[in-house]
Amino acid sequence: MDYLIFKAPILMVQASMDGILLGILFALIAYGMALQWGVMNIINIAQGDLVIMGGYIAYFMYVAGIHPAFGIIVSPIIMYFVGWGLYKLVINKVVDRDLFISILATFGISILMQQLMNFVFGADVVVAQSNFGTTMLFDNSVTLPNSKIFSAIVSVVFAIFLIIYMKRSKLGRAIRATAQNARAAKILGVDTEKVYAATFGINAALCGVAGALIAITFTLHPYVGLPYTVRSFMIVIIAGLGNLPGVALSGMGLGVFEEFADYILGTEFRIGAVFMLLVFILVYRRFKLSRKREYLK
Amino acid sequence: MKKNNLILYGVLLVLGLTAPFLFPAFKVQISFMLILIILAMTWDVQGGQMGYNSFGNILFFGIGMYLCASIQIGMFFPLAEWTESGGEKTFLHTPTQYFQGLAVGLVFAAIVPAIVAALIGYGILGLRGHYFAICTLGLGIAAGEIAGGIELIGAGQGMTTPPWPKGIGDTELRAEFFYYICFALLIATFSFLNWAYKKRFGLVLNAIRDNEDKAEAMGIHTMRYKIVGWVVSAFFVGLAGGLVGNIVGYIEPIEVAFDGREMGVFMVLMAILGGKGTLWGPVIGASAFHIFKEGFWTFFLGWQYVALGFLIVVIVVFFPEGFMGWLREKYPERFGEVIDEADRKAQVELK
Repeated sequence: MDYLIFKAPILMVQASMDGILLGILFALIAYGMALQWGVMNIINIAQGDLVIMGGYIAYFMYVAGIHPAFGIIVSPIIMYFVGWGLYKLVINKVVDRDLFISILATFGISILMQQLMNFVFGADVVVAQSNFGTTMLFDNSVTLPNSKIFSAIVSVVFAIFLIIYMKRSKLGRAIRATAQNARAAKILGVDTEKVYAATFGINAALCGVAGALIAITFTLHPYVGLPYTVRSFMIVIIAGLGNLPGVALSGMGLGVFEEFADYILGTEFRIGAVFMLLVFILVYRRFKLSRKREYLK
Repeated sequence: MKKNNLILYGVLLVLGLTAPFLFPAFKVQISFMLILIILAMTWDVQGGQMGYNSFGNILFFGIGMYLCASIQIGMFFPLAEWTESGGEKTFLHTPTQYFQGLAVGLVFAAIVPAIVAALIGYGILGLRGHYFAICTLGLGIAAGEIAGGIELIGAGQGMTTPPWPKGIGDTELRAEFFYYICFALLIATFSFLNWAYKKRFGLVLNAIRDNEDKAEAMGIHTMRYKIVGWVVSAFFVGLAGGLVGNIVGYIEPIEVAFDGREMGVFMVLMAILGGKGTLWGPVIGASAFHIFKEGFWTFFLGWQYVALGFLIVVIVVFFPEGFMGWLREKYPERFGEVIDEADRKAQVELK
């Protein structure tokens, strides 16, 4: 074992801390995915591209001279309307259709958005400097950028806010009712069309927050959306729909896995490791489920 | 009906055989069209006939491409030095070496993806619906990322395939040579699938699409058929990949070999455009798509991918039945369906 991470165990602490902070961010995106999956039965491949788009909004505020941290307020507002528009244009036609149709349609949206962002924002890797400084721990051997800590705190705040909103508000109750039984909700006077549009908008707004946080903590590029989609999909299938602590935990687990994969396999295999993990999880889940099916026999 | 079919096949065969001389400027383009038809037809084995919407057939395409090129080079020269030298070709194949390498390479490009499909099939084909779709999507992208990290095959830089040997004709001959190989492969694919769909195999695939649990309950080993279907696809897609590597002359992990963003989407799109679940649908869809793409792509001037995304959304949302589905709706008698006119009228009135 001549890997650096095993020679210097303090790097494990570093990787775990980085991974947990990163994972909280992933969990926020996954929460949006679980929301629209549960309510509308749609798997949105364009999820990651919504995130990146939200990030570019924060980046342009940074370019215009405003501190990019304000992006976490502006970006979700703009992204809400983007999501709402997407719903009205395309998604409402695929909601009650075959799941594959929605996957393919959102895949098309994803390609469209990638290319539009490529034209509008350019193909360079950009980052919005937050100038938050860094925190040193354990005799300066573990460094944590404050922007990462800030992003984790903001993610948690937004998630808690959303959970309360879902529990207490009228729209939140309507969304939960539609998720349980769309037909019954319709009979009882819920305008499901409106609920779907709002759900997609809320999801896009969550993506906007996450994107703004990614803009200040990591880098943005028009083509890196798909890994975020896959990560959130993975988190949702590990945790299951409607299991919020599970989403948070598996998000952190995924973050830690990624950081360790980065150290052990090398950065060039990081995305590959994420996608391979997806395949392994799905296949593992399939064997677990098939065993359950055999018991039922 | 039978006679008409024979005439149709005859015309297409003659057209295919004479195409390089009828359109000498478009030999490579037409070869690509044939490859796209093969990809769409093999995708349709899963997507259309079996109801398993795969985004991952591009995996076999890439494996076939890399393997064919590596064997072509590795049989005669050290592979690592070849990829390291990049564009400057320090080694040259003699004609005999070239054709020997190509033959062996293509054989492996067909067999190894088929074996890979058989090995991973048991795990992955057990997934249903969207889990299968996303899993295969991940598989294709992971393969591209991993291939981009392996030094031996050129990592992210890519590698060149052996150039056409000197002394036996020019690039025109090369284009014709590969055109006829592609054409032969297309005929092989088409006749095999045409034969297989008429047998029990095709019926079982359709049964799996319509209701897998019921098919299993009736005593069909659905998993076996699913794996065999995937192996068939992988076999032909791998061959197509090996050929494309040689036609293009340059292999790059994400843009050429494991090109999920282009080829991987194209094959789904073409099959849907033509009408999935039919024998002729993918052929028509791929031809129409390729002709449209080559004819009008240049007008979009850098907006090609925007147009592609737009096209996917429009086709999927507004035209999911495809061309054959539309024909079937319009002329059901031609497809051997009997329509009760009185019943049809009654339904219209009910609406």
